[in-house]
Amino acid sequence: MHKLKPRAHFALFVIFGFLLFLVGNRVDELRVYQGASIAVFVIAISSLILLTGYSGQVSLGHGALMAIGAYSATLARNEFQVPIILTFFIAVLAAAFGGALLGAAAARLSGPYLAGTTLALAIGLPSLANQFSILGGEQGLLFDVGWPPLGLGEDFTQYKWFFWIAALAALISTWLLSNILSSRYGRNWRAGRSNEVAAQICGINTGRSKILAFTISAGIAGLAGALLSMTIGTVSPSAFPLALSFALLTGAVLSGVSTLSGVMIGAVILVAIPEIADVVAHRIGSSENITTNLPGFIISALLILTVLFVPNGPVEQHRARAAKKLAKKAEK
Amino acid sequence: MQLLNTILIGITAGSIYSLMAIAFVLVWRSTRVINFAQAGMALLSTYFGYEAVTRIGSFWLALPIAMLGGAIFSALVEVILMRVLVKHSSSGPIAAVAPIIATLGLLGLIRSVIAMIWGGQDLRIPPPVSNNGFTVNGEVLVFSPLKLLILITTFILMALLTILFQRTNLGLSLRASAYAPEIARLSGVRVDLTRTLGWALAGAAGAVAGVFQTVNGNGNFSPDSIEFSLLLVSGFIAAVIGGLDSLLGAVIGGLFLGLVISFVLIYLNGGLFFIAPFVVLLLVLFIRPQGIIGAKAGRRA
Amino acid sequence: MTLNVSHLSVHHGAIQAINSLSLAIPTGALAAVIGSNGAGKTSLLRAISGLNKASHGKISWMGESILGDKPEILVRKGISHVSEGKSVIPELTVKENLELGAIWRRDKKEMIETLALVVSIFPRLGERLAQRADTLSGGERQMLAIGRSLMSKPKLLLLDEPSLGLAPLVVEQIFQTIRDLTTSMRLTVVLVEQNAMGALRIADLGIVLNLGKVVAVDHAQALIDDPAVRAAYLGY
Repeated sequence: MHKLKPRAHFALFVIFGFLLFLVGNRVDELRVYQGASIAVFVIAISSLILLTGYSGQVSLGHGALMAIGAYSATLARNEFQVPIILTFFIAVLAAAFGGALLGAAAARLSGPYLAGTTLALAIGLPSLANQFSILGGEQGLLFDVGWPPLGLGEDFTQYKWFFWIAALAALISTWLLSNILSSRYGRNWRAGRSNEVAAQICGINTGRSKILAFTISAGIAGLAGALLSMTIGTVSPSAFPLALSFALLTGAVLSGVSTLSGVMIGAVILVAIPEIADVVAHRIGSSENITTNLPGFIISALLILTVLFVPNGPVEQHRARAAKKLAKKAEK
Repeated sequence: MQLLNTILIGITAGSIYSLMAIAFVLVWRSTRVINFAQAGMALLSTYFGYEAVTRIGSFWLALPIAMLGGAIFSALVEVILMRVLVKHSSSGPIAAVAPIIATLGLLGLIRSVIAMIWGGQDLRIPPPVSNNGFTVNGEVLVFSPLKLLILITTFILMALLTILFQRTNLGLSLRASAYAPEIARLSGVRVDLTRTLGWALAGAAGAVAGVFQTVNGNGNFSPDSIEFSLLLVSGFIAAVIGGLDSLLGAVIGGLFLGLVISFVLIYLNGGLFFIAPFVVLLLVLFIRPQGIIGAKAGRRA
Repeated sequence: MTLNVSHLSVHHGAIQAINSLSLAIPTGALAAVIGSNGAGKTSLLRAISGLNKASHGKISWMGESILGDKPEILVRKGISHVSEGKSVIPELTVKENLELGAIWRRDKKEMIETLALVVSIFPRLGERLAQRADTLSGGERQMLAIGRSLMSKPKLLLLDEPSLGLAPLVVEQIFQTIRDLTTSMRLTVVLVEQNAMGALRIADLGIVLNLGKVVAVDHAQALIDDPAVRAAYLGY
């Protein structure tokens, strides 16, 4: 993937999008809906990978940043009747602004301090929804992107429309992100992550570079937030619990934080877990307590096991193994 | 009268945050890890305490049982999880954040296992003494015999902990291992064992914090108790205010935070319950990033 | 020959710090280990005290193999290591630093007696027992580090660059103390030093390391007189 020219890259993405379109027409509604969820998770996880893998920071506040994006998109739509496509841009900008503020704090913090600060944010922010009546309290607000355009045909369902929007957004954001990461900025982030002092000596302003990473990451998270409320139809505090931030972190760790190429792995697993857990629970005929908590259990267990045994993610692990094999061959 | 009320409520809540902050500090000193699962451990210990209370009927027997349960569980986590973690992920892009992620995973794991065993509904630990406020000059305070008892117990435990750390060989080993593990080893301290003990003490402190946080509220608790989210955030913030390395700092940080939250709630707006600690944290990190007590090690460790 | 090292190898990653090194030090001797930077002096000391893992070889003390034992176990067998760079814990008081040296002892009375002995050797420490160690001068810290080590009543003392960063007058004092202690407490001492001349002057035995191997062993005085050693390590 690394050696591809941007144009070839773009062509790949177009082909991939076309394949998605074909698949989207052949599966049932539930799968289409799950497809949309996967696309949303791809966006959210890639934003976290950018932050953790490239600038070495852990954020538990991405659920909160998603909430910022979702609420601002909804408010723009409901209060000012902004066209739907613009609401997503507004989501990106609003979350990026929040991210820049957080990033300014984050640039001075690292590791546990940042994690703790963003954790406090993730727990604190949703309670604000109850403070301002415009945010709709616990019930939240309706977020309606409208029916699919008639031009797409009679049998083009609402879910398919969601999927289209989400998948397109995922393709665009991934494409942009992979370009950013292979640019000068990506190199600066990686340099700052592996050795902050060395990077500073090389003339990289690591503080500014961290804030930039946080801002971009937050903007993308905001997009994911708006898309998530689109698929749910409403935006409310309960849609962005701490568990969401945990799930994203798990997704990022499962995908491998050092590269974007694994991002689908995490997203698919996150969407698949509830279903798998359901099947398992039925198979073993467990009680209701176990059934409802199995997904959370699996996510946490996967998070721990991955960090313990595949800390750099499956893709990187595979690469390292391949590199070792090559080195051995070269020796012979 | 309202001022006195605010202060007393703040100090009581703050003393519980202090205990939680002590747990964070003890773990940080022994293994340089922020244990985000600390609130999960406190919750689990509270369930231990609940089981003991419903079986034995005595709150004052249940508390040490909860502490013991918390200590053993915490020690096991250190031996089983943390030692493997140190062995496996010492390099690569995720090395610096691996312990954070692992303790977060543990937090989720504990929560879901608790919900599997005890269910998601509210359980109750009845307060050992009345939570009806004292009456002074015909006015009823919020400060109650229960709150007084919590305050006294916390301070007794803190005094015991101080004696342990300052006056005993075990305390000297714990401090030496925290400040300079290599010198401690060369002096004959079994540093691995001391680390595990540090975790165990943290587990016990967290257990008391969990049980007190529960009875100081309405006595109810569940796997999704908002009280425990608050305990996690407040304990962490109190520890950061105190500089993360200092037990005295943790106590001061907890009391300070308790007072701030109490004043905000009573004089400003009750809805700021969760945002107030966050703002305090940001202010502390910007104004005095080394904490009130801590002096040297920066936040970039 | 109470300390025997044979064919010892130590690796730090891909770098070989000690390369099949052998040496023997008799009881009661003060052995100075000298050599240039990167010769493997500190690695050797850390391998003996168990801080570094050896990849190959044997180490025995009083006929008993000690390779692979952890430092906290070796202290109990009478081997005490004062690591490089004023190894005291600045956050603790002088008294606590000293007590730490005897912490593995169960016998409180013996500890108090040893404390009195150490204070009689280093009266300066006795005046500052209640102060935090970070208020001490460099020389006092080095005394404290050695004092802490003596608290464990060692038979074998491993000293890593006690002269590092000290003023010349203080260095002389520290070296003299080491010499006196070796004799009066009947210690066996391995003294690793950059200050080759100072170390050889007080030592019985001189060992020259280069690139992880022993290149010369002789009476300390003989090494001082050896023109080759002079040119390479003593600078005249």
